[in-house]
Amino acid sequence: MSATAVAPVVHTLWTTAAGPIDKIPAPHIEYTQLSPVLIVVGAAVVSVLVEAFVPRKARHHTQVFLSVLALVAAFAAVVGLAAGGYGSTKAHIAAMGAIAVDGPALFLQGVILLSAVLAVLTFAERRLDPADHGHRVDSFAAEAAAVPGSDQEKAAVKAGFTTTEVFPLTLFAVAGMLVFPAANDLLTLFIALEVFSLPLYLLCAVARRKRLMSQEAAVKYFLLGAFSSAFLLFGIALLYGYAGSVSYADIAQVVSGDVPAVDPALAQTMGNDVLLLIGFAMVLMGLLFKVGAVPFHMWTPDVYQGAPTPVTGFMAAATKVAAFGAMLRFLYVVLPGLTWDWRPVMWGVAIVTMLGGAVVAITQTDIKRLLAYSSIAHAGFILAGVIAATPTGVSSVLFYLAAYSFVTIGAFAVVTLVRDAGGEATHLSKWAGLGRRSPLVAAVFAVFLLAFAGIPLTSGFSGKFAVFKAAADGGAGALVVVGVISSAVAAFFYIRVIVLMFFSEPKADGPTVAVPSGLTSVAITAGVVVTLALGFAPQYFLDLASQASVFVR
Amino acid sequence: MNPVNYLYLAALLFTIGATGVLIRRNAIVLFMCVELMLNACNLAFVAFSRMHGNLDGQVIAFFTMVVAAAEVVVGLAIIVSVFRARHSASVDDASLMKL
Repeated sequence: MSATAVAPVVHTLWTTAAGPIDKIPAPHIEYTQLSPVLIVVGAAVVSVLVEAFVPRKARHHTQVFLSVLALVAAFAAVVGLAAGGYGSTKAHIAAMGAIAVDGPALFLQGVILLSAVLAVLTFAERRLDPADHGHRVDSFAAEAAAVPGSDQEKAAVKAGFTTTEVFPLTLFAVAGMLVFPAANDLLTLFIALEVFSLPLYLLCAVARRKRLMSQEAAVKYFLLGAFSSAFLLFGIALLYGYAGSVSYADIAQVVSGDVPAVDPALAQTMGNDVLLLIGFAMVLMGLLFKVGAVPFHMWTPDVYQGAPTPVTGFMAAATKVAAFGAMLRFLYVVLPGLTWDWRPVMWGVAIVTMLGGAVVAITQTDIKRLLAYSSIAHAGFILAGVIAATPTGVSSVLFYLAAYSFVTIGAFAVVTLVRDAGGEATHLSKWAGLGRRSPLVAAVFAVFLLAFAGIPLTSGFSGKFAVFKAAADGGAGALVVVGVISSAVAAFFYIRVIVLMFFSEPKADGPTVAVPSGLTSVAITAGVVVTLALGFAPQYFLDLASQASVFVR
Repeated sequence: MNPVNYLYLAALLFTIGATGVLIRRNAIVLFMCVELMLNACNLAFVAFSRMHGNLDGQVIAFFTMVVAAAEVVVGLAIIVSVFRARHSASVDDASLMKL
């Protein structure tokens, strides 16, 4: 898409066709460099066909196998590209300017794919609930379209239906997430946002237990998500009006004011700072909504609580990674000339996000809501790294996102194990004395909580140290002070859960801890291993992140 | 006619849509207001495209329409399933998870 084929004079759009039309040049697409995305999209399409043609009995296994295979293959492709130097020396912009293949993009794609693999493993878990009518059941509704409690639903449960559609939906969401941090023009950004949001709205609505809550979460997420993406789109329209192009490089050029020859048609709006500032604020609003930063966080607790827990883990980890990647690229590539304008705004957002998330989390009584508010606080910590506006800032954010996503998936996977007759026992009072009843699960959860709190020798500490150091070096010392204070506040409620688990008497009618199959065990083990590895020996991964911290322009 | 007027109209429609989302209570009406916002975006894209004399904005408008259609599919599916379970599409009734 460029303006080359159009006459430079305004009001000739409809008359150019009268003359001979230039041949439309075939786009040049670098298929190899886009292979991670293409593999996942291809597998998603195949997965839809599996839904249509494979017999119901074999569907679950086929879908799980296909999804894991595709995600692992895509991860291998990312590693291959990174090893081939596309993360550093050969970084460039592919697909006619639409997608960047560079260090941050590849790093974040790798993180998204790994967390998606673990998430798919938790999606596939079918050993937590007792078998129903002789059929193993997973976390998803027998038939999502059936009214909860209706005869239709009972018949579906009896027949052993499962919503295997979650696997293609997940693959489509992952594909959108892979493109989101790599998007190099605003249109691709918007499309990627919708491609990963729409499947997530649906995934929220398909819980097997507590279906009314699940549907409610989906409605809230959908309405607020659509509302925020409308803001993002209007922001894109204004930026397009400002720069006459949606490509990041072109907008950056107009922002910095060194455009070689101004098109007379563009002179009317180009350089109009009102368009730039409002447009930029609206796009940023859409991105801040996706990361769940205060004051755009209202959806987070409800959606995290209502969605099926494996989906919550996936959403909490992968969405945050993708959205922060997109935000970094937007701020660092499009608006380096505007740093002094966006920094004060982001300061404010980061401060209220850190404090708001940490303080409100103290009052929570539901473990999923608690983790939701903790994710809001973490969004604030990551924003501190974004604000640094230095290469160290980028690498610290990349590292933090990698560390955070594994902890999150692991923590939510543990939440799926603690169950009572009504499904997952998410009320905190039920968790009292869990350490006596099931020391291993409680210990694993304690590791995740300590990592969230940022205790040394866990990945949370390395990540927090990296972002705060980058923020302090980038001249945001006051922000670091606020960050440390809110970390201390946050540590209080994480430790409170640990105390509750280990130092209080188990209740007589307390929940049981389900013994998971290998699938969830692998996800939780991977979470623990990565958490401890990034805590004990962060240097290798910090180096990796800092090698990957240069955006291609 | 001065194409800038279309931008004012787009901004007006966007504001009406945003206000509607904030003050109305029926999920379907909220959703229609979001669609109005998306269409306001389309109008802005097309108006800017006309002013700039390049076609990017018009192409983007097509993409937006496709996205809006996909959003209708997903959104109506969710809203209808909620309506069938609760016999109400009011977003105020959806309050199982209030703090």
